[in-house]
Amino acid sequence: MRSITFATLLLASAFAQVAAAEDFGYSGKLLLTGGVSQIEGAGGGGLTPWALIGGYGTRDQIGGNAFYTRVNVDDYALDVYGLKVGFYDRLELSFARQSFDTRDVGAALGLGEGFDFEQDIYGAKLRVAGDAVYEQSSWLPQVALGILHKRNNRGAVIQAIGGEDDQGTDVYLSATKLFLGQSLLLNGTVRWTEANQIGILGFGGDRASGSLELEGSAAYLLDRNLVVGAEFRSKPDQLGIAGEDLWWDVFLAWAPNKHLAITLAYVDLGNVVIADNQRGAYLSMQVGF
Amino acid sequence: MTQTILLRSLCALALMCSQAVGSQEAASPAPLPPDPAPAFPELKPVFDQFGGKPGLKLLMDDFMVRLLADARMHTFFEKVEHDRVKRELAEQFCVILGGDCVYSGRDMVAAHEGFIITAADFNRLVEILQVSMDARDIPERAQNALIAKLAPMHREIITPD
Repeated sequence: MRSITFATLLLASAFAQVAAAEDFGYSGKLLLTGGVSQIEGAGGGGLTPWALIGGYGTRDQIGGNAFYTRVNVDDYALDVYGLKVGFYDRLELSFARQSFDTRDVGAALGLGEGFDFEQDIYGAKLRVAGDAVYEQSSWLPQVALGILHKRNNRGAVIQAIGGEDDQGTDVYLSATKLFLGQSLLLNGTVRWTEANQIGILGFGGDRASGSLELEGSAAYLLDRNLVVGAEFRSKPDQLGIAGEDLWWDVFLAWAPNKHLAITLAYVDLGNVVIADNQRGAYLSMQVGF
Repeated sequence: MTQTILLRSLCALALMCSQAVGSQEAASPAPLPPDPAPAFPELKPVFDQFGGKPGLKLLMDDFMVRLLADARMHTFFEKVEHDRVKRELAEQFCVILGGDCVYSGRDMVAAHEGFIITAADFNRLVEILQVSMDARDIPERAQNALIAKLAPMHREIITPD
């Protein structure tokens, strides 16, 4: 309930500011230069946050978007929806709700078929240096510092499998550079996290509690509307009974205009609890300004 | 505890980065605005993809029509001498792309004096240029190679806050 209120306030404040702004109706950033919505709601690629501020607002404007993402792998499904607001190309605030469906695995573990974990994620990201798009004469990337505060609704199950907590906070530093002359975008992210399977299985574990992880994205601009790329994301491995692997994906993002973006990907989530080689499709839709 | 330490070091790192960028900008005295038409001889193949000098002239004819038809750009271009601006833009792009031209216009600060230009205005012009380049069938990679050389001029063109 609190998250819904927070989300509504966020969106209402964005619309109020946009309506008050002189530039009503025209969002000034170039197409796709706010990224799409990554799986935790931050502006980025599919799995990884980028240093870009979400939405199409320039340094004088507010931008924002809402998204829905579905990941369908062999034994599980993940639904995510959320929204983000970018203030003056400087600060991004986001909210996302993840719902992880355990399908038959839930039954096998005695949780019940279709048992699901829900997680709310509150994000904030601040651009601290550089400009990934404008500064084409420099090698310096755009750098942003972000946090993702996560609250999982299955504390009892998390404790039963060896997790320490049902909430936690990731802190990350992202560096993103658009090499426009080469039509290439590169991103690197370093993240400190205690999350098991990005928090769906809680935070901390019997084997370890917290580590620095590395994430990377490379994207090629086929044309202004179409980007193809790949990402990887390393993760901690803290639960004795549920090992986890690096995630990776290859994606295609299409933005016919500044109000719509559709991302299709093939993802490999490795082992998730008792099921190995979790691979499948990722589909995400984003609407905004 | 670990989290606090990490957060602090990340903040410190971020601050260093931003100071590094800041001091770099502050260090250059820059009494003269940067060269508005730096030559990149390696972009000669891109110049050819633009159709050389005649191609740039046709591009500017198309571009000016679209600028004047755009609600946001109209105010900036309605009162300028269209033939002069088109000629200077063609010269500027020609020099940048390694063509055999001389740029006869002013530097980017002087050329935009008297206008209040926002980041959104700057980007809108880029978008219209992209539409014109599409209309001239200029390949995406060639378009991006040119825009990459124009993008840093945002410092001189966009009106500071």
